Amino acid sequence: MKILVPVKRVVDYNVKIRVKADGSGVELANIKMSMNPFDEIAVEEALRLREAGTASEVIAVSIGPAKTDETIRTALAMGADRGIWVKTEEAGQGNTVEPLTVAKLLKAIVEAEGPSLVILGKQAIDDDSNQTGQMLAALLGWPQATFASKVVVGDGTLDVTREIDGGLQTLRLDLPAVLTTDLRLNEPRYASLPNIMKAKKKPIEQKNAAELGVDLAPRLEILSTTEPSGRTAGIKVASAAELVGHLKQAGVL
Amino acid sequence: MADILPTLLFAEHDDASLNPVTARALTAALALGAPVHVLVAGENAQAAAQAAARLDGVAEVLLADGPAFAHRLAEPVAALGVALAPAYGALIAPSTAVGKSVMPRIAALIDVMQVSDVIAVVAPDTFDRPIYAGNAIQRVRATDATRVLTIRTAAFAAAGEGNAAPLRTLDLAEPSAHSHFVGEDIAASARPELTAARIIVSGGRALGSAEKFHEIVEPLADALGAAVGASRAAVDAGYAPNDWQVGQTGKVVAPDLYVALGISGAIQHLAGMKDSKVIVAINKDEDAPIFQVADYGLVGDLFEIVPELKAEIAKAKA
Ligand SMILES: Cc1cc2nc3c(=O)[nH]c(=O)nc-3n(C[C@H](O)[C@H](O)[C@H](O)COP(=O)(O)OP(=O)(O)OC[C@H]3O[C@@H](n4cnc5c(N)ncnc54)[C@H](O)[C@@H]3O)c2cc1C
Ligand SMILES: Nc1ncnc2c1ncn2[C@@H]1O[C@H](COP(=O)(O)O)[C@@H](O)[C@H]1O
Repeated sequence: MKILVPVKRVVDYNVKIRVKADGSGVELANIKMSMNPFDEIAVEEALRLREAGTASEVIAVSIGPAKTDETIRTALAMGADRGIWVKTEEAGQGNTVEPLTVAKLLKAIVEAEGPSLVILGKQAIDDDSNQTGQMLAALLGWPQATFASKVVVGDGTLDVTREIDGGLQTLRLDLPAVLTTDLRLNEPRYASLPNIMKAKKKPIEQKNAAELGVDLAPRLEILSTTEPSGRTAGIKVASAAELVGHLKQAGVL
Repeated sequence: MADILPTLLFAEHDDASLNPVTARALTAALALGAPVHVLVAGENAQAAAQAAARLDGVAEVLLADGPAFAHRLAEPVAALGVALAPAYGALIAPSTAVGKSVMPRIAALIDVMQVSDVIAVVAPDTFDRPIYAGNAIQRVRATDATRVLTIRTAAFAAAGEGNAAPLRTLDLAEPSAHSHFVGEDIAASARPELTAARIIVSGGRALGSAEKFHEIVEPLADALGAAVGASRAAVDAGYAPNDWQVGQTGKVVAPDLYVALGISGAIQHLAGMKDSKVIVAINKDEDAPIFQVADYGLVGDLFEIVPELKAEIAKAKA
């Protein structure tokens, strides 16, 4: 079976972002970008399924402006077989394409490629939406398992253990299906130097939204982007007894 | 306006009881200004539906009860939501594992862009939501005719109780064709639930083992009547179960008191707890970033300090 892995290019998780003073967005110039960490986990899971002989091909797909191909290249260096880049215009206000639109683009790609499984991250760490996988599953009419921490492939089915609020839940999905990854699913590999070299020769096919029949116009109008109300450091106390005194006074005990 | 469409709130519950986050999401739902109906979908969920009917401000409770809705799998609950959607101006759920799984599915099927993790209702179509782990707040106006929202419940106070809303039973069960429940591993705990707790004690990587986490963090939590949380590092290392993770990609909490033990204060952790009323940090590194958000910091070895703290609390409560 083929596996499609959508990967998003986001501000690296180690970067502390800054809000632009005029409220127009987040400062993105000269900032380190990386693959969304949950998507690294998705790529890793797909590669493991290929290495186990369950999957035949792993296709990385990304939607985004110039340089998004770097992120696809990272997936190829990890071991994905080929890439698809839906190139979008430089997004204004530092916006990325909305999850609903991403889901529609991915649906068009799924229909063209015919994968049995799509593995996405549970959430992109820039917009923190946590929507795209569920939306894609809905549009395709496929079953979904979000927040996966364990995946076992059966005969035309998939047993997925999910991290839910009270603990863990296991679902059996009929294939084709959509999965979204949680942190405990696996530990993604680093790309080795030879694999980085090899990845340079792997194909990345370029597409655009119009040829996929999808309108990129956003549905949410961003009115402003502001700094959250900050918190200031309090005081250091010297002992447990002093701490308890303060907590009593603050009325929280 | 006489013909304003009501709001449908998806209750978070386990059939037997209503999760307290529902009352918080109700406050957000009421802020939209339309009558609020609460949907309880489950199996043998009469008790949860009755609890929903007691919440102040609820105009009607809809009960969809049957095996199709057992465990609230995304496909059948989303199908139900889509069937009900035409009668509503807004569909709302708390940002729980169920809400996050179901609502985007509905949104896509009715061609609406969802607003995730709303922290403020500015106007019926305008909402604030955190992005970049809460390091920026985006104000968005939803332009679709129907609004689909998930609510960050830590940002809203709970609605009161004392109502007796009418209960209507729905007959719309359609079993999920392609996903099947296999099993669940849900730990029962006598402690308060993380997202509803007034006090939370969280442990980090510094605990070093599941045994130490159990020996050090949990007794302090019990002395305080607190829920227990953890950092990602503690969960990844197996010191604490996954559902205790607090942070950008775990649970978001805002208790009266949050005690961080041996947690460095990475942005991803702060995203889940920095709106707590009072924050206490115990860490042996005086430069740990957690101290930048802590009201009270104690620099030192948690293995020495926590037992002392527990004793002091016992004294103070005696
Ligand atoms: C995509 C992504 C999502 C993430 N989501 C989350 C999330 O939701 N929640 C989350 O918490 N993290 C999350 N993280 C991880 C986050 O970046 C940090 O790695 C994590 O929070 C660190 O956990 P920690 O503070 O327990 O460990 P560390 O950073 O290792 O800190 C341990 C601290 O303990 C102190 N210490 C050590 N020994 C003692 C002692 N004896 N007494 C007192 N203090 C001691 C040290 O000084 C140090 O400050 C995420 C990361 C990524 C990439
Ligand atoms: N622009 C994009 N290109 C490729 N994949 C994406 C894109 N946006 C979102 N995704 C996928 O959808 C997941 C969830 O994103 P979100 O719904 O935005 O939180 C990500 O982890 C990716 O797997």
